[in-house]
Amino acid sequence: MSRLSLLRRLSTLAPQALKHPHPSRFAATPRGPEDAILGITVAYNNDTNPKKINLGVGAYRDDAGLPVVLEAVRQAEHNVLQRGLDMEYLPVAGSHTFVQRAIWLAYGDRIIHERHNRFAALQTLSGTGACRMAGELLTRFLDYGQRTTKPLVLLPNPSWANHKPIFTDAGCDVASYAYYNPATRALDIDACLSSLHDAPNGSVVLLHACAHNPTGVDPTPEQWAAISNVVMDKGHLPLFDMAYQGFTSGDMDVDAASVRLFADDGHRILLAQSFSKNFGLYGQRVGCLSVMTDSQNEADAINSQLKIIARPMYSNPPIAGVRLVEEILNCDQLQRLWRDEMKGMARRIMSMRSMLRDELVQLGSQHNWDHIVHQHGMFCFSGLTEHQVQQLRERFSVYLTANGRISMAGVTSENVPYLANAIHEVTRNA
Amino acid sequence: MPHSLFSAVPAAPPDPILSITAAFRADPSPKKVNLGVGAYRTDDGLPYVLPIVRQYERHFANDHSLNHEYLPQDGLTHFTVHSARLMFGKHSAPLNDNRVVTVQALSGTGALRIGFAFIATFLGQRLVYVPNPTWSNHRNVVPHAGLPPTRTYRYFDAATCAVDIDGLLADLKAAVPGSIVIFHGCAHNPTGADPSREQWKQILQVVKEAALVPFFDNAYQGFASGDLDTDAWSTRLFADSGIEMFVAQSYAKNMGMYGERVGALNVVLSSSSSVDIVRGQLKRLIRATYSSPPLHGARIAAAIMSDEHAFRSWQTELRTMSERIRNMRTRLRDCLVANGAPGNWDHIVKQIGMFSFTGLNAEQVRFIRSKYHVYMTLNGRISMAGLTEATVQYVADAICDAVKSIGRDA
Repeated sequence: MSRLSLLRRLSTLAPQALKHPHPSRFAATPRGPEDAILGITVAYNNDTNPKKINLGVGAYRDDAGLPVVLEAVRQAEHNVLQRGLDMEYLPVAGSHTFVQRAIWLAYGDRIIHERHNRFAALQTLSGTGACRMAGELLTRFLDYGQRTTKPLVLLPNPSWANHKPIFTDAGCDVASYAYYNPATRALDIDACLSSLHDAPNGSVVLLHACAHNPTGVDPTPEQWAAISNVVMDKGHLPLFDMAYQGFTSGDMDVDAASVRLFADDGHRILLAQSFSKNFGLYGQRVGCLSVMTDSQNEADAINSQLKIIARPMYSNPPIAGVRLVEEILNCDQLQRLWRDEMKGMARRIMSMRSMLRDELVQLGSQHNWDHIVHQHGMFCFSGLTEHQVQQLRERFSVYLTANGRISMAGVTSENVPYLANAIHEVTRNA
Repeated sequence: MPHSLFSAVPAAPPDPILSITAAFRADPSPKKVNLGVGAYRTDDGLPYVLPIVRQYERHFANDHSLNHEYLPQDGLTHFTVHSARLMFGKHSAPLNDNRVVTVQALSGTGALRIGFAFIATFLGQRLVYVPNPTWSNHRNVVPHAGLPPTRTYRYFDAATCAVDIDGLLADLKAAVPGSIVIFHGCAHNPTGADPSREQWKQILQVVKEAALVPFFDNAYQGFASGDLDTDAWSTRLFADSGIEMFVAQSYAKNMGMYGERVGALNVVLSSSSSVDIVRGQLKRLIRATYSSPPLHGARIAAAIMSDEHAFRSWQTELRTMSERIRNMRTRLRDCLVANGAPGNWDHIVKQIGMFSFTGLNAEQVRFIRSKYHVYMTLNGRISMAGLTEATVQYVADAICDAVKSIGRDA
């Protein structure tokens, strides 16, 4: 029975008169804020306009606007099924081989070789789980024995909306550092370096390794070097969130350049990795947290503490998704196929950016839309105001978040002209 | 290069249960037997994937209309609706009144954690009482979720190897009103000793009078007696009485989906008016922990629970697994009696579920491990699922030797 029909059936039953001696203990629970992104999806689903476009979605879509299961994943699934593996518990820290491969994907052969045995790491519930574990580790063990206040985590302004709740719930204080300049729709590197310099020594600095969410604005290699310097000078601890490795350039190694630069500069990096987007395994929750340490002993100690945090949270992580990633990375043919498919996804996004910008130019828009092609990854910070976003929704059934963030994955070669026209119309007189 | 910020981190003590498996794996003895972790094993000592589970896994892999998209924060609706119905039954008053909030969780542990995090955030710093003894992770989940360390209530009478009902009731009566009390719905872990139905009714009475809030942990529904409704009886008794409570469900054992992390948290409210708010706040807590739960196992579980034919297959497999466990209990008891092992071993067949509290002490446990390479937790708990026809005599020999060699109070 579908949920809807079950609910309908339940509502026709006469509610039992309930005489409860005590008032409900839940009566004082406050209503929480609406989830902004979910609200968009609900409104989009209810919209009957056949030309409607959903630009709020945070998952890749193909040129027909449909979800994609990578061919490499399908084959991996088939291979894994052939083996008839059991469903036993993973260790608390997850699959060791997966974790090794995840760190290797991020850092590459040379750095792995140089820092062999000095990584503490565990499999996590995707990127969210990795960030949460990082926050919990920081709260309990950063400057263990010396710190009397909560650790301070600095987030770029803006950042993924969920970062603040994750680190706050983990027991950290959260503040921001300057990052995006709305006037230029690009990185304000001077303000960024300045605010990192002004922050208390030893702060934790969260950095988006590539394809910044929500702006799509990434530092250049030179800018990364400057950021690395100030982080080192201030004794800050870099925490990289890498959820889109592969989505910026199409190449996994190129997109990890920032993390590798920091490693070569000698930073001890905390790295949260998600495999939701680059393997298309969103709902399977595949991720990894790694911590660079100075010695095997330190790595062992941190690993033991990470397990103590994980066990009362979920005991051990889910198995299905990591088996697929391992299968793909262990098989040359599948790995090549996956890398090609990753390139394909990144290229489609890039071509949608070009098409959208070109359409707007062709329509005669007086505004500069170059930032659409200069920004990277899944998202584009359009620069549209809240009012313009509302107009897009009401007049054209085009849905995006109030901050003007467009998910390029929702753009197709078929809807680009309509979308460009809609944007042009709402910005004409701006 | 400045000093690492983590250089002073101390090494944590190893987990008592999981370190057994690690030690077992490292043991080269061909006679070794693992009676540690609570995962079902066939009579060949092998892990078991339920045929109905494997069938759906294959079916879904071949269905190319399916994808791996994100689930909502509260999980797969198809799963949560059926999970609640499985737990509370078709005639459930709170379900029929729309007073139950159900969210998908990371197996039983995840359900407990989100439930206690909700309590810590919205219901104040309440005390949490756990049975003595209880699953060791209960005592970690509660403080990690932000509540004070747990207190215990008397539960197990070592003399009778059964529930100490008088001690239990007295301790609950003396508990701070409004406190949370963890109950094992069936197949108590680690003792295997469950209250009788009469005793559950007495417990409910005291819970109501003392204004306590039950948190039922159901990790073995269907696995304990072989019957899903029988094993849900205690939870349903409480839920239908009108009180507010929390209920954690795990599908690790009863569907054999251990590593898939399939579970649910149910919150039973006294009125439906808070349902949306409570659900919204649970989702927010989930969002900041792991965003959304894993898809693979939930999809399979939902399919099994919603298809009549598959459901019956599942019920058959549950009976098979629980019968093998019961058979091993009988065999072990009979072997111990035949060996002339000192003491009364009837508790082994009276206890229910995956585990038996043998009554062995830590020194006896260590003796068995080093001489016989038989592994169990230091509190003398054995996982019956780890016994097979081929090993039961050997284990009986080991226990007999330990009891004869080392005194009770050693």
